[in-house]
Amino acid sequence: MSSSKVKRKLSGRKKSAKKYPLKVEKIGKKFGGISAVNNVSFSVEKGSITGLIGPNGAGKSTTFDLITGVTSSDTGVVKFNGEDITRKRPYQIANIGLVRTFQITRELKEMTVMENVMLAPKNQMGEQLSNVLLSKGRKRVESQEEEMLEKAWETLDIFHLDKLANEYAGNLSGGQRKLLEMARVMMMDPSMILLDEPMAGVNPTLKNQIITLIKKLSKKGYTFLLVEHDMDVVMNHCNPIIVMHNGGVILEGTPSEISTNERVIDAYLGGSE
Amino acid sequence: MKFDIEMLLKNDVRIVVSTFVGISFLFIIVAMILGLDFNGTVNTIQRIMFLSAVYAMVVLALNLQWGYAGIFNIGVAGFMLSGVYTMAIITGDPNGLIPGLGLPLPIGIVGGVLVSGLLGLLISIPTLKLKADYLAIVTIGFAEIIRYTANALTFKTFSIAGVEMGTGAGRGIHLPMNPIRGLYYIDPSNMGLGKTIVGEYIFGFFEIVQVQSSVVVSWTYAIVLIFIVGLFYVVTYRIGNSPFGRVLKAIREDELVANALGKNTDIYKMKVFAIGCGLMGLAGILWQGSYGYTNPTTFQPILTFYIFIALIIGGSGSNTGSVIGGVVFASLLFEGPNFVRRVIMHVFKFDKAPNSIIEAMIPISSLDFEPFISYSLANISSLRVVFLGLVLVYIIQNRPDGLLGDRKELAASIDISRRPVTETREGKEA
Ligand SMILES: Nc1ncnc2c1ncn2[C@@H]1O[C@H](COP(=O)(O)OP(=O)(O)O)[C@@H](O)[C@H]1O
Ligand SMILES: [Mg+2]
Repeated sequence: MSSSKVKRKLSGRKKSAKKYPLKVEKIGKKFGGISAVNNVSFSVEKGSITGLIGPNGAGKSTTFDLITGVTSSDTGVVKFNGEDITRKRPYQIANIGLVRTFQITRELKEMTVMENVMLAPKNQMGEQLSNVLLSKGRKRVESQEEEMLEKAWETLDIFHLDKLANEYAGNLSGGQRKLLEMARVMMMDPSMILLDEPMAGVNPTLKNQIITLIKKLSKKGYTFLLVEHDMDVVMNHCNPIIVMHNGGVILEGTPSEISTNERVIDAYLGGSE
Repeated sequence: MKFDIEMLLKNDVRIVVSTFVGISFLFIIVAMILGLDFNGTVNTIQRIMFLSAVYAMVVLALNLQWGYAGIFNIGVAGFMLSGVYTMAIITGDPNGLIPGLGLPLPIGIVGGVLVSGLLGLLISIPTLKLKADYLAIVTIGFAEIIRYTANALTFKTFSIAGVEMGTGAGRGIHLPMNPIRGLYYIDPSNMGLGKTIVGEYIFGFFEIVQVQSSVVVSWTYAIVLIFIVGLFYVVTYRIGNSPFGRVLKAIREDELVANALGKNTDIYKMKVFAIGCGLMGLAGILWQGSYGYTNPTTFQPILTFYIFIALIIGGSGSNTGSVIGGVVFASLLFEGPNFVRRVIMHVFKFDKAPNSIIEAMIPISSLDFEPFISYSLANISSLRVVFLGLVLVYIIQNRPDGLLGDRKELAASIDISRRPVTETREGKEA
C-alpha cells in the first residue's frame, strides 16, 4: 500500500475543519446518576441543514448546551472551525460565530423586542464605558446604533415581529418568542446556528417562511443544526439527520435511510405513534 | 429621532424640577402654618433640599446596580462609610487627636471614591457568581464588617509604615471644613477674621431679607449638591441609555442569555459594581462632609433600607425615577413625619407630651385622648420605620413598579422605538 493512499484514507476520515466547521468528539455528561449524553460524536458540514432528532429526553438539548458552553462536559472535545472550544465560555463561543436558541425560550422579559434584538450585535462600541461616558465616543456610538437599528428593523421584518418591536418580550406568545430568539441570534452575524425546536408554537404559514429563510441562508453558506419534532420539516429539509436515543447517537444518514431504519422506527417514529 | 430623545429628556427635567418646586412649595406652607419667619422658612427648605439631593445621588448609584443590572447590594451604607472615612483619614490633621495624612481635600475626595469603588470591585470578584440572595448576605455582612471596623477600639489610632492614622472608633472622626465656607470667609475656620468680597456682598444682600449668613452658607452647599445630582444623573443616564446599559438590563433579566449572546457578563457586573460603589462613596462624602464630623452609627443597615425604599418608590430601573424617589423619600417620608408632628403640636397647642406610654394611656379611660396623641407624635420618628413599612407594602401592592417604573425607558443611545424612514420608502410614499 502506498503511503499516499493511506494519507488519503486518513484525511478522508479526518474530516477537514473547513468543510466541517463543527466537530463533536465523544462528549458526555452525567446528571447525578443519569447519563444525559453519552459518548456522542458527529460532524456538521458547512452550509448544511443537519437535523438532530430523537424522542424526548434523548439528550438533544443537553448536546446543544455542551457545544455552546452552557453546560460543561464531563468528557470529550468540541471543535469549531478547528479550534477546541470544549472549555470555552458561552460568550466566547458566540463571538466566534457559533450561536444557539433555547428550546424553552429565554426572552428578556422586561426589555422590548427591539432591545432584545439590539442587544445581540457583536463589537458594539457602546459596550465600552469610555465611549458611552464621553461625548466624543458617544457620537460614534450613536451612529453605530443607527446602523444596527436599520438592520434590526429588517430582521424583525423577516420574522414578522416588526409590529411588536416596542412590546415587552414578556408579552409575546410562545411562537413569537421562538421567532424573537431566532431574530436575536441572526443579529449576531453567526456562521453556524443551533436551533432547538424553533417551530414549536409557530403557525404553519410562518413555519414555511422560516424554512424558506433557513434554506436561503444555508445556500449562502450558513450552517444549521436543527432539533425539530415536526417530522415533515425534518424529512423534507434536513440532510443529513442524526438520531439520538438515550443519550447516544444511534444513526446518522439521509432522510430515506433514517425513515426506513428499524432501530429509528423502534426508538422514535414507532414510539411516537 | 434625536429630537425625541431631547424631548424625553426635557420632559424628565420638567418632572424633576416640578417635584423639587412642588416639595418646596409644600414646605413653605408648612413653615407658614408653624409661623416660622423668613429665615426659618428658608432654612427648612434648605434642609429638605440637602437631604433630597443626598438621597437622589445614592439612589441613582443603587439604581445602576439594582435597577439596571439586578445586583442585590444591600451593603450600600458600608460603601458610603468607606468613602467618608477614607476621605477623613486622608485629610485629617497629622497632629490631631485622631491623626490623619494631612493631604488636601480634593485628594481626600478622590481617594474616598476610589477606595469605595475598589472595595466594590474586590468583593464583586468572588461574589458575583452568587445568586441574588447570597450576594445580599455577603454585601450586608461586608457593610457590617466595615462599620464594626470603624467602631473598633483597635483602629482608634493605628500606623501603617510608621504613619499614624485612625478612625476615632466609636467617638467618630472629624471631617474637613466645608470648602463652601471658603467662598464667604477669609479664614473658613475662623469667621472672626472677616468675610471675603463675595461674603460681604451676598451676606449683605441676604441680611436685608433677614436671612442669617449660616443659612446662606448651607443653602450654597445645597445648591452645589443639586448641581452634583445633575452630574450623577448625566453619568448614570449615559451608562444606562447605551449598549452598555442594554447588557446590564439583559443581565438583570437573564444572565445566561446575555452570555450566550456574546457578552462577558462577569466583566460588566464587576464594572457596574465598582462604579456604583464609588458613587455611593462620593454621595456619603458629600452628605457627611457638611457636618464636620461623622461616626459609625450613621451607617447602620437601616440606611441601606431607606435607600432601597426610595428607589422602589421612584421606580427601579429609571434614572429619573431614582431622583424623584430620593426627593420624595427624603422630604415626605423621612422628614415629613417630624413636620407633621410639629404642625399638629402647633395647631392644637398640645401640652408637653407625657413621658411614658402608661401616662399616655391612663387618660384614655376618661376619654381624654390628647396625652396619647401627643405621646405618639413625640415619638413619631420611632414610628417612622413602621410608617415606611406600610408605605412599602402599599407601593408593592398598588404600584409595584414605582412612580415612574411603568414607563418604557429604552436602553440605547438613540431612539430605538421609531422606525427610521428609509430613503427608498420615502421615495415610494412620495
Ligand atoms: N440540568 C439537568 N439536571 C438533571 N437532569 C437533566 C438536566 N438537563 C437534562 N437532564 C436530563 O437529561 C436527559 C436529556 O435531556 P434533554 O437533553 O433535555 O433531552 P431532549 O432535548 O432530547 O429532549 C433527560 O433525562 C433530562 O431529564
Ligand atoms: Mg430538548
